[in-house]
Amino acid sequence: MPEQKKKLLQVKHLKQYFNVGKPDELHAVDDMTFDIYEGETFGLVGESGSGKTTTGRAIIHLYEPTDGEIIFNGKDVSQLKSRKERLEFTREMQMIFQDPYASLNPRMTVRDIIAEGIDIHHLAKNEQERNDRVAELLDTVGLNKDHASRYPHEFSGGQRQRIGIARALAVDPKFIIADEPISALDVSIQAQVVNLLKDLQEKHGLTYLFIAHDLSMVKYISDRIGVMHYGKLLEVGPADEVYTQPLHDYTASLISAVPVPDPEFERNRRQIPYDAAAEDESDGVPRKLHEITPGHFVRCTEAEVPMYKERAAENAKKAQAQAAERAELIED
Amino acid sequence: MAERILDVQNLKIDFHTYAGEVKAIRDVSFHLDRGETLAIVGESGSGKSVTTKSLMGLLANNAKVKGGRVMFHGDDILQYSEKKMQTIRGKDIAMIFQDPMTSLDPTMKIGRQIAEPLMKHKHVDKKKALEQAVEMLRLVGIVNPEERVNDYPHQFSGGQRQRIVIAIALICYPEILIADEPTTALDVTIQAQILDLMKELQQKIETSIIFITHDLGVVAGMADRVAVMYAGEILEYGTVDEIFYNPQHPYTWGLLNSMPTLDSKHLESIPGTPPDLLDPPKGDPFAPRNPYAMKIDTEKKAPFFKVSETHYASTWLLAPGAPKVTPPAEIQRRQKIYAKLKSGELSRTDVANLAE
Repeated sequence: MPEQKKKLLQVKHLKQYFNVGKPDELHAVDDMTFDIYEGETFGLVGESGSGKTTTGRAIIHLYEPTDGEIIFNGKDVSQLKSRKERLEFTREMQMIFQDPYASLNPRMTVRDIIAEGIDIHHLAKNEQERNDRVAELLDTVGLNKDHASRYPHEFSGGQRQRIGIARALAVDPKFIIADEPISALDVSIQAQVVNLLKDLQEKHGLTYLFIAHDLSMVKYISDRIGVMHYGKLLEVGPADEVYTQPLHDYTASLISAVPVPDPEFERNRRQIPYDAAAEDESDGVPRKLHEITPGHFVRCTEAEVPMYKERAAENAKKAQAQAAERAELIED
Repeated sequence: MAERILDVQNLKIDFHTYAGEVKAIRDVSFHLDRGETLAIVGESGSGKSVTTKSLMGLLANNAKVKGGRVMFHGDDILQYSEKKMQTIRGKDIAMIFQDPMTSLDPTMKIGRQIAEPLMKHKHVDKKKALEQAVEMLRLVGIVNPEERVNDYPHQFSGGQRQRIVIAIALICYPEILIADEPTTALDVTIQAQILDLMKELQQKIETSIIFITHDLGVVAGMADRVAVMYAGEILEYGTVDEIFYNPQHPYTWGLLNSMPTLDSKHLESIPGTPPDLLDPPKGDPFAPRNPYAMKIDTEKKAPFFKVSETHYASTWLLAPGAPKVTPPAEIQRRQKIYAKLKSGELSRTDVANLAE
C-alpha cells in the first residue's frame, strides 16, 4: 500500500518562473504538487514545453525555485546552506541526461568521467580502489572494464547512455532523475537501457523520476504516472490506470495519439481531439488535484469532482468489458 | 498489376573513410509501386537513409556506388549527371527531412521557399508561383496563408514548419516522395496530425511515398508494404499485415518484441549491437545477436525464401529441412491473430479491439 511507504520526495506547490517581472515572464512550472515514494518509479510525461524537464531540474536544485517546497528525505532542498549539506544531497540524488552525446565530456576518459563523483565525495582511498570501483560499475551497466581508458567518441549511443548511468551510480545514490534517457536511442537499444534501469532498481533499491514523452515506455517502466501540460500537473495515478482509464481529456487525447505497432489498430484509430480551453483557469475558481479513485488524482475544481467520479466508474466498467472481450477473442 | 514506378536493383554503396571502406549498402533491391507507401524500417546505421539519399543523388563526396541500378522511367538515374539529376530532384522525386528546424532557410520568407521549386522546374513566373504557394499552404493546414507566406521560419512552431517542408516537397506534385523520419522530432500529438496530413495529401496528389523510420507504430499506420533493413541489407519484406502479424526473420521478431505492449511485464531486448560495416560479417549480419542462429547463418547469407507472393525473408529458418523453432510469445500471439484473420474467424474490427 503506497500509504505505508515512505515518501522520499515531496514536491509542494512548486513554481518555477523565468524572466520574472519582465514582459516575457514564463510560468514553466506552475503549482506542482506530488510525492515520490521510496523504491518506486514515478513517470512524468508531457509534450515539449510542458515543463517536465524544468521540474526535474528544479528538484535537483539546478534552479532556485520561484515558490514552493521540495523536500527530499525530510529536508527542504532550498534550505541546504553549508557545503557539507549540499554534498550530502548531491550524493543521494543523481541525474541521467537525454543526450548521450552532449552529456559526456569528450576530453575525459570514461574512467575519469565515472570517477568524478567518487573523487568529489572521497569515496576511494587510493588509485587502486578507484579503478576497482570503476571496473565494477562498468560491469554493472554491461560494459567491459577495458573500456575505462577510452574516450566517449569511441562508443555508440546506447553505450554512452550506459556510461551516463554508471556515472550516476558511482556515488551510490538513493534517487535518480532520468530525463528522457532513451529518446535518443534505437528501439532495440531502448529496451536494453530500460531493462538495465529496472534491474538496477531492484538490486540497489533505487527510486526513479523518469521523465519522457514516450507514453508506452513510461507506462511500462513506471509504477505511477503524472501528466503535465502547460506547466501544470493535470493527472496523477497508477501507471496502468492512467494509461487505460485516463480521467483528464488531455491525457485521453495524448494516449490516443500514440502509434501502436498493429496495422489493424492503426487503420481504426480515432484520435481524440483536445480543446485546451478546458485548462482555462481565468475564471478564478481554485483548482487542485482531487482524488477521484484511490490514488488517482485529477486537477479540477470542487464542482467538477462528481463528473470525474462518474467518468471513473464508466471507465472501469468499459475496461472490464474490454478485458473480458480480449480474453474471449484470444482463447482458442 | 500495379505499375512499378521505381526499381532499385542490387544497390551497393561504400563510404571511403580513414579507417577503410565502410560497406554501408550491401546488395539492396526493392521496388515502389504507383500510389503505394513503402516503409523502410531499420536502426541507425542500417543504411536506410543512405539508400534514399542515393535515389536523390545526394550522397556525400566520400560515398561510392559500387554496383546496382536505380530504374526510374526506364532510365538508371545513378548514371545521371548532376545537371540532369537537378531536373528531377524536387520535381519528380522530392524529399522531406527529419528536422524541420534545419531544413528551411532561416533568412528567406517561407512563401519564396515554397515557390522556388515551381519557378525553377516549371518556369512559373514569380507572382503565379507565390499564388500557388498560398494554395499549398492552405492545403497543408496553415491558417491564414495569405499573410503567413511573408513570415520567416522562426515565426512557426515545429509542427507548422514540418507542414511547410511538406508544402515545399509537394508543390511540384512529385511522383515519388521520400520522407526520412519526418515526425521523429515532433511530439506524439503533432506527429499524428502530420501523418494524417501526409495520408490525405497522398490521395490528392497521387504520389508514391518511401517512408523511412525506426518507429514501428508509425509504420503500422502509414505503410502498405514494409522492408526491414539491418546492417546494409534488407532482411525481410512484405505487406504491412505480413510483417506485423506473420514476421519470419528473427530480427523482425526482435524489433516487434522490444516494443512495450499493454500487458508486457518484461521487455525483451535484442542483446548486443549491430556489426561494424568496415568488416561486415560473412553470413547473416544478425546472426551474432540472434538466439535462433544456426551454424550456417554465420557462414552463408540466406537467399530470400518466399513466404507468399508479396512476402520474402532472408533467413535459413525458412529453408526446407530447417529445424522448427518456437518464436517469442509476442510473435506467436501475432501469428495466431493472423491465422484467425485469414480464416475469417476474426474480423478486422475484432483485431483492432484486441490491440487496444
